[in-house]
Amino acid sequence: MTNEYRLSSGGQINRSESISFKFNGKTLYGYKGDTLASALLANGIHLVGRSFKYHRPRGILTSGVEEPNALVQIIKDKGKTDPNLRATQIEIYEGLNTTSQNSWPSVNFDLGSINNLFSPIIPAGFYYKTFMWPANLWENVYEYFIRKAAGLGKSPTKKDPDIYDHCYYHCEVLIVGAGPAGLVAAKTAINSGKKVLLVDERPNFGGNLNFSNKDYNKINQLAPLEWIKKTCLELQKNKNIKILSRTSVAAYHNYNYLIMIQNLTDHLPDKDKKEKIRQRLWKVRAKKVILATGSIERPMIFDCNDRPGIMLSSAVRKYANTYSVKCGNNISIFTNNDDAYETAITLHNKGVKVKSIIDIREKSDGTLPKKCNELGIKIHWKSAVIYTEGYKKINKIHVMRLSKDNTNVVGNKLKIDCDLLCVSGGYTPAVHLFTQSGGKLDYNEKKHYFFPKKNTLSQISVGSCNGTFGLKNIILEAQEKTREFLDIKETEQFNVLESEGGVFENIWLIPSSKISGKTKSFVDYQNDSTANDIKLALREGFKSIEHVKRYTTTGMATDQGKISNMHALGIISEITNTKLGELGTTTFRPPYSPITFGALVGRNVGQFFDITRKTPMHDWQEKNNAKFEDVGQWKRAWYYPSGNENMYDAVQRESKAARTKAGILDASTLGKIDIQGSDASEFLNRVYTNAWSKLAIGKCRYGLMLNEDGMVYDDGVTTRLSENHYIMTTTTGGAATVMGKLEDFLQTEWPELKVYLTSVTDHFATVSVCGPHSKKILEKVTQNIDYSDSNFPHMSFKNGLVDKIKCRVMRISFTGELSYEINVQANYGQSVWEKCMAAGKEYGITPYGTEAMHLLRAEKGFIIVGQETDGTVTPVDLQMDWIVSKKKYDFIGKRSLYRSDTMREDRKQYVGLLTNDPKEILEEGAQIVAEVKNKPPMDMIGHVTSSYYSPNLNKSIALAVVKNGKKLKGKKLYVPMPNKTIEVIVSDTIFLDKEGKRLNA
Amino acid sequence: MFIIKCPYCGERDHSEFSYGGEAHLIRPKQPTELSDDQWAEYLFMRKNIKGLQYERWNHSHGCRRWFNAARDTSNDKIHSVYKIGEKSSK
Ligand SMILES: [Zn+2]
Repeated sequence: MTNEYRLSSGGQINRSESISFKFNGKTLYGYKGDTLASALLANGIHLVGRSFKYHRPRGILTSGVEEPNALVQIIKDKGKTDPNLRATQIEIYEGLNTTSQNSWPSVNFDLGSINNLFSPIIPAGFYYKTFMWPANLWENVYEYFIRKAAGLGKSPTKKDPDIYDHCYYHCEVLIVGAGPAGLVAAKTAINSGKKVLLVDERPNFGGNLNFSNKDYNKINQLAPLEWIKKTCLELQKNKNIKILSRTSVAAYHNYNYLIMIQNLTDHLPDKDKKEKIRQRLWKVRAKKVILATGSIERPMIFDCNDRPGIMLSSAVRKYANTYSVKCGNNISIFTNNDDAYETAITLHNKGVKVKSIIDIREKSDGTLPKKCNELGIKIHWKSAVIYTEGYKKINKIHVMRLSKDNTNVVGNKLKIDCDLLCVSGGYTPAVHLFTQSGGKLDYNEKKHYFFPKKNTLSQISVGSCNGTFGLKNIILEAQEKTREFLDIKETEQFNVLESEGGVFENIWLIPSSKISGKTKSFVDYQNDSTANDIKLALREGFKSIEHVKRYTTTGMATDQGKISNMHALGIISEITNTKLGELGTTTFRPPYSPITFGALVGRNVGQFFDITRKTPMHDWQEKNNAKFEDVGQWKRAWYYPSGNENMYDAVQRESKAARTKAGILDASTLGKIDIQGSDASEFLNRVYTNAWSKLAIGKCRYGLMLNEDGMVYDDGVTTRLSENHYIMTTTTGGAATVMGKLEDFLQTEWPELKVYLTSVTDHFATVSVCGPHSKKILEKVTQNIDYSDSNFPHMSFKNGLVDKIKCRVMRISFTGELSYEINVQANYGQSVWEKCMAAGKEYGITPYGTEAMHLLRAEKGFIIVGQETDGTVTPVDLQMDWIVSKKKYDFIGKRSLYRSDTMREDRKQYVGLLTNDPKEILEEGAQIVAEVKNKPPMDMIGHVTSSYYSPNLNKSIALAVVKNGKKLKGKKLYVPMPNKTIEVIVSDTIFLDKEGKRLNA
Repeated sequence: MFIIKCPYCGERDHSEFSYGGEAHLIRPKQPTELSDDQWAEYLFMRKNIKGLQYERWNHSHGCRRWFNAARDTSNDKIHSVYKIGEKSSK
C-alpha cells in the first residue's frame, strides 16, 4: 500500500488493521479509523468531484458534516446504492465501493467542464432566465440535460433491503454534541440525578478538542485526548446517562421534540451488516435541552478559492492529528485569526514544511503567531491571497498587500509555490438547531457572527455554538450555565491551559487586482455560486436575503449553506450598506444533514404501510376469485371473473344476473352508527335534510346530510329499531368523518340533547340479496319472518333468526330491485353469506362486486356521494328537492340553501346523458361543451360523473353535472375527446323502471 | 409537535388530537332570520390571528371529547385548555 501522505506515527487510526476500498474503480488502502476523505488524502487524492454548474475540479474542503464538495455515491449490490454522502463522514470498511458524483464521464476527464469556458453566460438566475419558455421543453430537454450535467447522485433502482427502526425516547436532559462544552455539560448534569441523554454525530467524542495541540491545550493538567478519554469513562459508568455516538439531530421542533438519526451499521464491513438494523430514527421528548453543537470554520472568499488542495485550516489539523495524514508537502496558510497558527505549528512539529502564512491582520500578539515566528515560518502580515493557479490541484498562490482600509490590494504581486493552501476565516456558531426550534438570533458586529439570543423553550446553548470561543471560556460557560439550568449545587474545579489569542479581523470578500466581474470567488461551493452572482442579483433588484438566496441558489444545496451562508450575507451587507444584524439570516430547515428515506419510513413498509380492513366475508371472496378494490382502508370485492372473463364481461354478467335472477353483495363496509336516547329523533331531524319525527318504529328512511355550507356531505338509510333507538348507515368512506361530525355537534352545539352514538361498523356483517328471486332465498335462509308485502313492505325492517343467530333484515334497495339486507354479528357474516349462496343456487344467485353495484344504481340514477358530488353540489343541484324539508325550522346546511349563490338557476345540475351511438361509452371525467371549437380553450359547462354500458338496457348510459342542466333536457351537447367529438343528448337521470315497479316484483 | 393537555386525560402528544378551528363561534339560533351577509359572517369569516387565539381541539385518538385551547399562533405555546362551555383562564 502506498499511503505516501501518511505520517509515520501518531493518530487515532489502527495501523495493524489495513482496509481495502474502491474509489472510482481503483482499489486503495487505508486503516481502521479512517474516513473515506482521510484515506483518499493519505493516498494523495484531493480531486473528488466536479462542480455543479461549471464542472470545475473540486477537492476535499473540510473534515465533517459541512463538506460541500466531496459528495460520493456508495455502490452496493445491483440496483442498491446510496447517493449524496459526504466522504468526510464515511468510515471506511473492507469492501467499501464508492464513486464521485457530478462528473461525467469521469472525474479526470469531464465533458461538462466546457461550461467553465462559457461561464460568463451562466450568471445568477441563468436557469430561470433561459429555461422559462417554451414550457414543454422542460420535460423533455432541459430537465434531462440539467440532471445529467448536474449529477446529484443516482437513485437506487431496487427495493431497499435494509431494516430501519423507530424509537420513542423521553429524557429530562438532552445534550446535543459531545465536544468540550457537551462533555462538561454532561459531567455537570449527571450530578443532578436527572435522566440524561448525550448524543454526537461523530464516532468519537471530544469535538475539535480531539485534534487540538497538546502543548497549548490542557485540562486539569491532562492532554486533550487523555481528558476526553477519562471524561468519557466517567460518564459511561454513571447510571443516569445514556450515550449515543454516530447520532445526528436532524430536526428540533417545538416543545423540545427532536428527531435524531443513529447510524448503526454503515461503518461495518458488509458481512457484519447482515440482518442488523441499519439506522434508527429516534423521536425524543426532552424536558430540557442543552445545545453544544459547536461551530463551523469559514473559508475565505477570493478569486479561484475552489481549487483542489485548498482546505479549511482546522480540517488539515484534524487530518494530521486524528488520521496522521499530511494533506500536502509544501504548505501555505491564509488566515484572519490565531487558530490557523496552531495548524502551522502542528504541521511543523510533524515535519511538514509550512512555507508561509498570509494574514490579513496588521499583527497579532498571540502566543501561537509568536511561536511560528520563532520556528522561522514566514508570515506576510496585512496581506491576502488574491488568486491561485493549478487546474486539478493548486500549485501557486498570488499574494498582495492589503490597502489600509482593506478594500484594495497594493504593491507587488508575490507568487508562492505550494501544494496545499489552508484557509481560516474564523468560526461560525452552529445555530441551526437553535433556530429550527424557534430561537431568535442576534448579530455580534465585532466578532462577525450570529449567536443565540432568545428562545421560549426550556433550552440553553453552551460553548462555541453560543458564540463563546477559547477552551477556557467554553468549559467555564458550559459548567456554569448547566449548573444554573439544572439547579445543581456542587461543582468540579476546571484548570484550563490555553494559548493567548490575538484579535480576529474579518473581510467578507477579499479584494482583487482584477476588475470586478473577472473573478471567480466562490461563495457556495456545492451550488457553484460566486460573489459576482450575488452582486448581479443585487443589481437586478433583489433585496431580501431570501430572494437573493433563491435567485443565486446560494445555500440551497444539500449542505444548506453550512459553509456559504455567512459570506453571502456579509457580501450583501457590504454592497447594500446594511448592517448584517438588520439584514437577518435565511431560515435553516430540517434536516440538519440529509437523512435516508428508509429511516423516515422505518418499519412502515409493505403490508405495514397502511392498515388493511377486510370484511368477514373476505376469505370466501378470495377463494371465489374476487378481484378487490381499495376503498379507503377497506378491501372490497370489485368483481368476480369467472374463467377467463375480463372485468367488463364479468360486470356485465353480474349486473344482468342481479336483475334477472338474484345477486348477492357484501355491504359490510358501509358505516354503521348506533343512535340511542330520548332525543334521537330530534337529533336526526337536525342532521338530515328531511323529517324524521314521524318515522314509525320498524321503518327505514333514506337521508341526505349536508355541510353547514349546504353542500351534500353524506347519505344513507337509517332505521328506527325502537322508540329511542336508530341504526344509521353512512357511505363506506364517510363512516369516520360522519361519526366525528355528529359527535362534534352533540358535544358543542347541542349538549342539551340526550343522544348517545356508538360506531358499530365493524360489529355487523351485511349481506345484501337482490333480484326477482331474493324473497324466496331470504325465506329459505331466515326464520320467524313473514315476507309478505303487507307485513314486510319496502323500507321496513324485521328482527329474525338465521338458525340460532339473531339477525336484522332491512328491505331496502340500492339497485332498484326487490332487495333485502341481512345484518348479523360480524363473526357470523361468512356463514350467513354461504347459507344464502346455498339457498340461492337453484335460482342462479350470482355474487356481484362494487363495480356492478355502481352500474346497477346508475341505471336507476341513484347518486354516489363523492362521484356525482364533489363538495360543490347541493341537493337542489341533484334534483333531489323532494328530500329537503321546507317545514323543518332548521337542519345543518339549511340556511345555506337560500344563499344567493346556491339559489342560482344556472348552477351545475345533475342530468343523464345518452350517446347517439348506443355502443359509445363516455369517459368518466370527460368535459362537456355546448359549442365545439377547432381547438381548446372551449367553454366547459360540466363533466361526466358516471358512465357504463347497461346490459339491462343494451345501451350506454351516463350521469353528469351540467350548467343549467335542468333546462337542457333533450338538448344536444358535445364531449370533445383527443381524437373525436362525441354528441350526447341530455336525458332524465333515471334510465330504468321509472315507476319503481321492480321494488315489488 | 406540541404536547396538549386534554382537560379529561392530561398531557398527550399532538398526534392524538385533531384541530377544529376557531372557538366560541355561536351557531345562530334562528339562521333563517339572518341576511346572507350575516350568515356568511358566521359560516366563512375567521379571524386567523397571529398571537393568542382561542381554538377548538378534539382528543380524537383518545377520549374523543372536544375542548378549547388558548394558543399563541406565533410560537404555538398553549396558555390554557378548558372544557366546552367554560371560560378561558387567559
Ligand atoms: Zn382526552
